[in-house]
Amino acid sequence: MPVFWIVLAVLVLGVVGFVVARSRALASAGGDARALHSLPNYYGWTAILFTVVPSLLVLAAWLLISPIVIEGRVSQLIPESAIAEGSSRGLVMSEVRRTANGLSNAIEAGTMTEEFARNARADFTDMTQRLQDAGQIVTNQITVPVLRAAQELRVQSSRSSLIMTGIVFALAIAGFALAVSRMQREFRARNVVEAGIKTLLILASTIAILTTLGIVLSMLFETFRFFDAYPWQDFFLSLTWSPDFRGNSELGILPLLWGTLYISIVALLVAVPIGLFAAIYMSEYASPRVRAFAKPMIEVLAGIPTIVYGLFALITVGPALRDYFAEPLGLGQSSSSVMTAGLVMGIMLIPFVSSLSDDIINAVPQSMRDGSLGLGATQSETIKQVIVPAALPGIVGAVLLAASRAIGETMIVVLGAGAAAAQFTSLGEIVNPFEAMTTVTVKIVSQLTGDTDFSSPETLVAFALGLTLFVITLALNVLALYIVRKYREQYE
Amino acid sequence: MTDATASGAPAAAPAKKSSLHVLDERTKRRNAGEARFRLYGAVAVCLGVLALVGLLSSILYNGLSAFRQATLSIPVTITADEVETAEAALMKTGAYRTIIGNNLSAALADAGLDPAATGVDPIDLVSGEAPATLRNWVLTHPERIGEEVQLHVLANGRIDGYYKGRVTMQTAELDGNVSPEQLRFADEMRAAGLLTVGFNWGFLTLPDASENRPEAAGLGVAILGSAYMMLVVLFLALPIGVAASIYLEEFAAKNWFTDLIEVNISNLAAVPSIVFGILGLAIFINFAGLPQSAPIVGGLVLTLMTLPTIIIATRASLKAVPPSIRDAALGVGASKMQAVFHHVLPLAAPGILTGTIIGLAQALGETAPLLLIGMVAFVREYPAGPPEGLFDPASALPVQVYNWTQRADPAFVERASGAIIVLLIFLFLMNLLAIFLRRRFERRW
Repeated sequence: MPVFWIVLAVLVLGVVGFVVARSRALASAGGDARALHSLPNYYGWTAILFTVVPSLLVLAAWLLISPIVIEGRVSQLIPESAIAEGSSRGLVMSEVRRTANGLSNAIEAGTMTEEFARNARADFTDMTQRLQDAGQIVTNQITVPVLRAAQELRVQSSRSSLIMTGIVFALAIAGFALAVSRMQREFRARNVVEAGIKTLLILASTIAILTTLGIVLSMLFETFRFFDAYPWQDFFLSLTWSPDFRGNSELGILPLLWGTLYISIVALLVAVPIGLFAAIYMSEYASPRVRAFAKPMIEVLAGIPTIVYGLFALITVGPALRDYFAEPLGLGQSSSSVMTAGLVMGIMLIPFVSSLSDDIINAVPQSMRDGSLGLGATQSETIKQVIVPAALPGIVGAVLLAASRAIGETMIVVLGAGAAAAQFTSLGEIVNPFEAMTTVTVKIVSQLTGDTDFSSPETLVAFALGLTLFVITLALNVLALYIVRKYREQYE
Repeated sequence: MTDATASGAPAAAPAKKSSLHVLDERTKRRNAGEARFRLYGAVAVCLGVLALVGLLSSILYNGLSAFRQATLSIPVTITADEVETAEAALMKTGAYRTIIGNNLSAALADAGLDPAATGVDPIDLVSGEAPATLRNWVLTHPERIGEEVQLHVLANGRIDGYYKGRVTMQTAELDGNVSPEQLRFADEMRAAGLLTVGFNWGFLTLPDASENRPEAAGLGVAILGSAYMMLVVLFLALPIGVAASIYLEEFAAKNWFTDLIEVNISNLAAVPSIVFGILGLAIFINFAGLPQSAPIVGGLVLTLMTLPTIIIATRASLKAVPPSIRDAALGVGASKMQAVFHHVLPLAAPGILTGTIIGLAQALGETAPLLLIGMVAFVREYPAGPPEGLFDPASALPVQVYNWTQRADPAFVERASGAIIVLLIFLFLMNLLAIFLRRRFERRW
């Protein structure tokens, strides 16, 4: 039974429960709602809660866990001898999955009977040919163990879905019966419903914790696998990044970190002065009309997706920098460069710096301005000597947040910075801002897109890179939030 | 200052005259500094605005032409025999190409144009996608075989580019795929009304096309995929976000557990988006076994990314509802839960909706995490309707842009910029809606 129909059936049962429970409760009070403990609808809601929530939770858990269990069992069936040289159990299992899907589709299309799909033997029938005739994508000859495993997979999953349907319906009906049977006049329906809702609210708010946990655990787990295959000293200390899927790769993070850092520095050199001056101008000088125009304009920059900036870097900024700066100065011929990515990323960060600084500058008490102006300081002297020093912790926090943004930014560098890692061969190459350089995020993308084999260090390194990125940005964020909060308290 | 100088200076020395009407050096310097400082600020603001203008005009300049397309309209008469032979042929599209070529030659002869004189084979002006268009039409309209119909087929990408200024006579000399004669002949056809340049509906409805047919590449699958993902995000992030905010804002006691949640939410808001992609790959695809490239996985990842935004916005608008509302409700005997759900939540709804729309707009433009969960795949099939379609492979608007930037033909740059314009229009409309909701419904207490 498709999941959609199960869910629908459970929901319908819930609605029926609502009506039945409500009318039963009313009947027990002789039709007088005032004699009930709670409002009549609460009795109905109790029934819905009892019928729907446990059964759907079990359904979700079952759907999540059962494929893992079944695949584990089926993969035991594949003998070691069936795994070809250079292949892995995982690859064979994906073939098994494909074959099982092919069988199901062929039955659905009517080219194969259920009986045949269940019992056919690969060594006696032309199964490969039949599947191909049925329009299924079967890459190579289906071997005996693969077909057997695929058939077992189908049997087990259909059995599992049968059991799941049974359990879900049993739970729904049990909940229904329990709720309806307890609908008496004295039943404290409102308290039960409210407790149930509160539990749901708490569950919803724990998702944030679960997400963080998921991020950390998934990356940690794969990173450990990476360090099993590749020495961690080399990862952190090697000066070369040259992955090679045939083995023998050098996966040092330092060239990537340098690229990330260099581009971020360029971006901050663009964003911090412009953003800060813009914020100062808008909060201290600008007339309300200018402010009403310029502030939203600059904030629009924050709402533009990063892919747009990436394209801007690729088709406009990159070629322009190459034609007007890099080539005349003899610094390189590449349109993707540190400068391209840094400049565009700087533009992206302007609103970030300016709106945060704007808030912070506005939070500086007016009395401090008045005091300074009253002593005869000009407005710019007041800003430079009173307001900025007072707002400095907050501004530093804003810059740190912007830096964390810059380090984690992906699309701009993917399209603007190039794919070649920095070569630590000569100083000129490393510090040349018109040289193409790659970053941690670019390499995460390039190692994890396309056909990936999740047992090779070349793929797993992406998780180690991700974890490094996560730790760095987390540290920057925590530091920035700490500074900003510390500062806010000062004037509140 | 002046007092000190006056009293301290010996009487014999002529006292330095100072006047409020004449600026001294120091004041001039200070005023100049002031003006300079003010100028820096103005320049910074201008730079910011200029950056926006430059960004948008670059995209518009490159992308607007994607919305126009050269098409050929050819009167085609196709007989049942021709269909039969074509369907029996090994290269079906090749056979249909010949049919189009014959009909095109006939149409040209009717219009009094002679391709042979210029040395142009007219079929070269037609897109490689045209035979498939004809075949689809034949298969879906079998009853109209034998009649004469006007068939609209795309012109070849280079011819299309000629009418947008991307291809010129000079570049055509050097290009192996197009010759100046072909361009001149295309002009003649245009004059004869066989070739028209009009609004490119196909760009919004067609699926992606292969590397060498940029003229046929469209955003249909990507728009559908993005819409599915937004549906998932809306249906998951809104209820979960609102529920979490209600708990944290209205019920949670101040203890280590709620502190932990708060810290987590504020950190998740700042985690780089690519990390969410890694999470999606590791948990949803490798662990839970959901299919790659499916909108459901993209939707789940974007939900997790959008949650902090929605939670922060919802909490702010819950906080803005004055406590007197709650007190009044409690005072007439409502339970805490009733006070929140019957009174506070409806009053906070406009703010919550605004926050949700802004969160959705953010999610719509997000690219990096989608690259990791396989949305970069080349997808030509439209996904089925929801809910099954959520598990079909699809693309997404921003990922389609990325895909097109990776291709060699410069026509794809135009398509990518055009796709960005579509994306920005969607974002603009969403933000407009958010602003409208805020203006119309938000109450200040």
